[in-house]
Amino acid sequence: MVLGKVTGSIVSTIKHGCYANKKLMLVKPISPGGETKKGVMVVVDTVGAGKGDIVLVASEGKGAAELLHFECQMPLRSIIIAIVDSIDLEKTN
Amino acid sequence: MKFGEVIGKVWATQKDKQLQGLKLMILQPLDENREPIGRSLVAIDTINTCGGDLVFWVTGGEAMLAFKGKKIPSDATIVGFIDRLDV
Amino acid sequence: MELARIEGTVVSTVKAESLKGRKLLLANLLNADATATDNYLVAIDSVGAGIGEVVLIVRGSSARQTESLGKVPTDSSIIAIVDSIELKGAIVYEK
Repeated sequence: MVLGKVTGSIVSTIKHGCYANKKLMLVKPISPGGETKKGVMVVVDTVGAGKGDIVLVASEGKGAAELLHFECQMPLRSIIIAIVDSIDLEKTN
Repeated sequence: MKFGEVIGKVWATQKDKQLQGLKLMILQPLDENREPIGRSLVAIDTINTCGGDLVFWVTGGEAMLAFKGKKIPSDATIVGFIDRLDV
Repeated sequence: MELARIEGTVVSTVKAESLKGRKLLLANLLNADATATDNYLVAIDSVGAGIGEVVLIVRGSSARQTESLGKVPTDSSIIAIVDSIELKGAIVYEK
């Protein structure tokens, strides 16, 4: 799983059937300290995340299929599984 | 999953049997400001895209699962058009 | 999938039993406009590609989904020989 920040959403009408009625969001990966990293992911949201939220994204198809109650695996792999309330960083030195 | 723009097409006659009849498109990944990011890639098209379309695709082993049980050797499959991006 | 140009072969005698009889090719990954990136990788051939040809390489677990490579321990397979590449409306490569 990776930490990310929701930066936007996607509207799509024509898409694979497994994305029907699913909210698609844009998430930018971040470091634990909160700095955004390069790249952006398209993810399915199941927890009601909104723009600006720090979230936990799982990128693994089997887990996604289970969360979305698909009976077989589907072409979908990135999914928001939690909205992060806070991150505690322990100092290592 | 990633998103980006369809920028080209690849033709191949001699290919794995299971790829026959499938469209191969070249994609340029974009960031949230629609600026190119990273290298382009080739993906299998399941929704009939053409050049200039904004689409999203699935990568990795899950890319094989878009073909209803058929075992297609794909590591990137286009699965949807993007109508609007709200950033 | 990625575009690549075959630039050599890799010969190996001592290898996994299931790799015996498989052709290993050295591929230079290409940009969309068919220019070389000079990032190389070794891929198993499933279509009969030769040196100089532009091919399509599939990576990851999907590399084992081709008809002939079901049980071969590979993470990159050559699955097509490219005839031509169209980029932004212009043909940038033709066999």
